[in-house]
Amino acid sequence: MTTVGTPRSASREAPERGVPQADLAPTTPLWAGLVAVYRAQLSRTRVSRVPLLFVAVFQSVGIMILMRGVVDTGSDSAREAVVAGSSVLVVAFVALNLLAQHFGALRAANALDYYMTLPVRPAAVVLGMAAAYASFTLPGTIATAVTGALMFQLPLANLWALLLVVPLSGAALAGVGAVFGLLAPRQELATLLGQLGMSAALLLGVIPADRMPRVIELGRDLLPSSYGVDAFIATYGTPDWTAFATNLAVCAGVGVAMLTLATWAFRRTSRG
Amino acid sequence: MAILGAAFTGEHQGEGREGHSPTSDPAPARRSDAACYRVAGLSKKYRTGRRVAATTVHANADIDLDIRRGEIFGLLGPNGAGKSTLVRQLTGLLRPDAGSIDLLGHDVVRRPEAAARLVAYLGQECGALDELTVSLAIETTARLRALSAEAARRARAEVMEELGLRDLAERPIKKLSGGQRRLACVATALVGDRPVLVLDEPTVGMDPVARRAVWAAIDRRRAESGTTVVLVTHNVIEAETVLDRVAVLDEGRVIACDTPGGLKATVGDEVRLELVWRGDPPLDDPTVALLARDAVRIGRRWTTRMDPATARELLAAVTAGPAFGVLDDFTLSTPSLEDAYLALGGRHEGLVKG
Repeated sequence: MTTVGTPRSASREAPERGVPQADLAPTTPLWAGLVAVYRAQLSRTRVSRVPLLFVAVFQSVGIMILMRGVVDTGSDSAREAVVAGSSVLVVAFVALNLLAQHFGALRAANALDYYMTLPVRPAAVVLGMAAAYASFTLPGTIATAVTGALMFQLPLANLWALLLVVPLSGAALAGVGAVFGLLAPRQELATLLGQLGMSAALLLGVIPADRMPRVIELGRDLLPSSYGVDAFIATYGTPDWTAFATNLAVCAGVGVAMLTLATWAFRRTSRG
Repeated sequence: MAILGAAFTGEHQGEGREGHSPTSDPAPARRSDAACYRVAGLSKKYRTGRRVAATTVHANADIDLDIRRGEIFGLLGPNGAGKSTLVRQLTGLLRPDAGSIDLLGHDVVRRPEAAARLVAYLGQECGALDELTVSLAIETTARLRALSAEAARRARAEVMEELGLRDLAERPIKKLSGGQRRLACVATALVGDRPVLVLDEPTVGMDPVARRAVWAAIDRRRAESGTTVVLVTHNVIEAETVLDRVAVLDEGRVIACDTPGGLKATVGDEVRLELVWRGDPPLDDPTVALLARDAVRIGRRWTTRMDPATARELLAAVTAGPAFGVLDDFTLSTPSLEDAYLALGGRHEGLVKG
């Protein structure tokens, strides 16, 4: 004799009133969760640091070599655009493209279940991962900017500005990457969107803005990486700190909006 | 060739929890009859295909279950039976279309986040942790369960010691062998001491030493803290050995729920006769023809159930006749959980022995 389940007289009723509730374990504070995710993600680079750095820098340096033969090296604005665009491209490659792929892969493997069954806020996971991916880009961006400055005879004095440009443009681009990875219906589409985003950052970032047709210029204005490029350009020659701050403020705003959207997408994705 | 009286008893001792017999009193000292999970009318369906080809598939349908505090409760069934869907609902990962889930007084359907504060879940894969070292994966999980930095380090050290993972501490999880990787993932589920553990095939791929370490760790938590364990398995040996009660799932429904002993009693007095042929059996032999009619045939293995006297008679006829020349092996054994599962109407594919 077997029974199906344990017999109950009213199996459809809501949970009984008066049943003592077990105490819930505390939720993980946002900051503690963010730091734990960030630290865990950053540790992944121990394995892939060298190839990642090599690919990102090699790609950007290759583009600068190519552009050297194309743009008018006598024009300050053209040289600045190429170096700044190539430097921010490293951020787009890692924070946008690779993060989109990473989230796409985690979703495809149901690996986000791990985070969803822990008492950690979705914002902590998204921000921790975005911050880690943005951090991966710093060495590559600096290496590209230094190489570019030497190649195109640009000053190195304001290179410290990258310490602001990378995190803020990184927040915006990682936010876009996270949204792509979390909202794309399939893993392949997440990869495709990440690649397209990076290609757009490449094409619209390294070509001097004043040479672009009006329509393309509009597209450039819609791309968050452009503001990171423009902020970095503003540090060359006689620095325009107002333009620098304004462009970074746009990056920060886009970052906040995109990371908020990614957090929503994370919550939506995981509840099936 | 061997006649096995009490089936698998030797394997049980080697692979399961030491000192725990499935036929002994399943209630440990601290177990109570209070409900841990009360599941009622749980259903989930989804659509596949497009337009004309669209069909509705029931991932699970009308599931009622009570899981008591402190018990090791199993979900048994072949692939696609709906075990993982049910587990995802129990852990708040998947919202059911209908039905209720009460977890220790909390409504998981309405407030799925409550499950994350009561349950430690081990999925079939732990891809989120693959690139971390064993040590960091466990510590990170402890931190994400709201332990302070110091408490997380302490909990990490304890669980690594308990499961024998110290030598693997600094190895990335993805570079470990399948069994070691699974053990590291089990460690992440055990860290942070949750009152409920939901484990989806925790010991798959593990060697007996690792299995024993896992079951010892689970037993300890049950004895000390009354931890409830929901275990998904399609391994009948493990199910018979470690579970207090088991729900058998087939095509999204619970087709039975009882102790392993109670389920095996559904088969009655019947025994199982298994014959393995090394060549083509002589079907013109009346005994072989009779067996061929009733047996489930998978490759060269024939399996059939019958009353013990008939089984002895048929076996004597086969071993005394011309069929013996092509017979490679035979076993006569008391019913297993797999037999109970088949007797209940479950499909025969997909369950694993051993």
